[in-house]
Amino acid sequence: MSDSRAAILARIAKALAHEAAADAPEIVQRIEAHARGPLPQWPHSTRERFIEKLEQVVGTWAEVASPAHIAQAVGDYLAAQNLAKALAVAPHPLLDGIIWPEGFQAERRRAVGDDHVSLAVAFCAIAETGSLMLLAGPDSPTTLNFLPDDFLCVLPTNRIVPRMEDAWALLREERGAMPRATNIVTGPSRTADVEQTIQLGAHGPRRLHVLLLQGGA
Amino acid sequence: MKPTSHAFSSNAHRALHDRTLQQALAKAGVGFVDKRRAAIDGLPEFQALKEAGRRIKDHTLANLDHYLLRFEAQVQAAGGRVHWAATPQEACAAVLDICQKSGAKMVAKGKSMVGEEIAINDALEGAGFEVVETDLGEYIIQIAHEPPSHIIAPAVHKTRQQIADLFQNLHHQPGLTRPLQTVPQIVDEARQVLREKFLAADVGITGANFLIAETGSTVIVTNEGNGDLSATLPRVHIVLASIEKLVPNLEDTSVLLRLLARSATGQEITSYTTFFTGPRRSEDLDGPEEFHVVLVDNGRSRMLGGDYHEMLRCIRCGACLNHCPVYGAVGGHAYGWVYPGPMGAVLTPLMVGLDEGRPLPNASTLCGRCEEVCPMAIPLPKMLREHRRQEFAQRLTPPRARWALAAWAYLAKRPELYRLATRLAIKLLNLMSGGKGRFRSLLFAQAWTAARDLPAPQRDTFMAQWQQRRKP
Ligand code: SF4
Repeated sequence: MSDSRAAILARIAKALAHEAAADAPEIVQRIEAHARGPLPQWPHSTRERFIEKLEQVVGTWAEVASPAHIAQAVGDYLAAQNLAKALAVAPHPLLDGIIWPEGFQAERRRAVGDDHVSLAVAFCAIAETGSLMLLAGPDSPTTLNFLPDDFLCVLPTNRIVPRMEDAWALLREERGAMPRATNIVTGPSRTADVEQTIQLGAHGPRRLHVLLLQGGA
Repeated sequence: MKPTSHAFSSNAHRALHDRTLQQALAKAGVGFVDKRRAAIDGLPEFQALKEAGRRIKDHTLANLDHYLLRFEAQVQAAGGRVHWAATPQEACAAVLDICQKSGAKMVAKGKSMVGEEIAINDALEGAGFEVVETDLGEYIIQIAHEPPSHIIAPAVHKTRQQIADLFQNLHHQPGLTRPLQTVPQIVDEARQVLREKFLAADVGITGANFLIAETGSTVIVTNEGNGDLSATLPRVHIVLASIEKLVPNLEDTSVLLRLLARSATGQEITSYTTFFTGPRRSEDLDGPEEFHVVLVDNGRSRMLGGDYHEMLRCIRCGACLNHCPVYGAVGGHAYGWVYPGPMGAVLTPLMVGLDEGRPLPNASTLCGRCEEVCPMAIPLPKMLREHRRQEFAQRLTPPRARWALAAWAYLAKRPELYRLATRLAIKLLNLMSGGKGRFRSLLFAQAWTAARDLPAPQRDTFMAQWQQRRKP
């Protein structure tokens, strides 16, 4: 296979008439400049934009005054959807102190095949498109974002950034490196593979509910 | 898959007479076009993004080897492995090797056009692995034993009834016997059946819309979430990607993402845009233990710097298919290989040979709509013409067409003779039509006159009329 590597690189080098190098200075510079392209603009605030776009993709949301109110908000959602009080919860520090009321079965773990409801915390959100960004890690197992029917996600309001480019800046600043999976989630799962008819809940969550945590983490 | 592009005209003939296919195509066409239009109208920055996107791709292609090496180094730094494959055979061999070494039995697949290109399913099944396509559209065509007919909507040629029938026949056993009527029922049943497969799979294969040199990440853009489940639940994640998918950094990716979703489905962004970087970290609670990227060349490095260089900018959005009158009339299967429509008519001859793909560049009126809607401003008609030129130069054009072209060229180079010939032809046709001004049926043009009349030329040639009117 390494022969193929050499052969492919040789053909490219010949076509481009130069020598290949992983650390060509102009390339490293180009990458590290992190130059932004044209940026879409909108008239209203970042928060308003986020909510407008989230609703457009059929995401729902509720306001939560403080971490202590998360359990209540989850309970309200489960009751409104007529769901059992069982959920898989991300082992995230923000959810550490939650005291689940009597009758709740909230397990802090990754999701498994027959989980119906999950609760996680977004790394940040992107107002431009109404998207949540989640970073895989011990405090945010990726399975929680995809396996259950109902995905509930806590989003501290001070973590809504205008655009994807701002999310990258935040990620570089706070984490330094990309995690195993970086998920930009925009609304519930959907498909249009049967006669171009949009149908929610293809393989991932059928519903996405955002808990907007006032003030911040 | 064995190409049947050489048989385009009989394929197309069949497609035009297939009533079910025509129904399905009629439903799909307008939807894509209208949604794209609305999405682009809603973003005043689209034109500027298009220019920026083009610059990003041009720059990356001009430094492709640098970026490939950078990407490779970053994948390795994140704990993944990169495999280079010059041909489809090598790519399949690399995937089989990984699957065998990991002791896998079942492979869950997300959608990958490169996977179609290298026929990975055949290779895996031939080696005894069970392969399950998990994208709903891909699953439908897998159980129908058909190739995709569209690069982003693989089952667009199937009606709801056809899909319901397929499911009814296949899913009988696991207690799923209720008749399927509605789209939600069909989607639900697929969800139920495929969920089992995700959980049982040992290896997950996904494609990649972009490869990021900065971070060694591979990006998928999906709506269903099947690609993410394929990449998260199995022990091993293999990414199949072609070498032109490289982009320098995350900011560049953001520019291209804004163009891709709008051009493809008219969405501002798809439900899931995911960046995979290496295998699970030691503290992670889920994710695969192994992360492999198979980099496929398959003729691309030869396109670099040549007549078809600009085709390497393609981000596989499908807009050129959705706006092509030929694609809209005959659907994707008529093109006889993996890539249909205008982009397919350019790529197929390059990948399976001009001999096999010869009819495709000719199956176009060069109306130019594809170039107009292409977010990467790829001059598709120019490249179709280039294929035709090479076809002629390599003497692949059938003798009758060559002869006709030669005769026309002979006349065109001799204006006096040309005028005389056209005048005579017009007189003759006029006579034949019996002065009625139209033909109800005409020898050698029966297919045309079967559905409509052919207007007969009136009066005289343009040049003759011009001369006449110029006289005082
Ligand atoms: S050629 Fe252009 S329009 Fe066609 S799929 Fe590629 S990027 Fe899209």
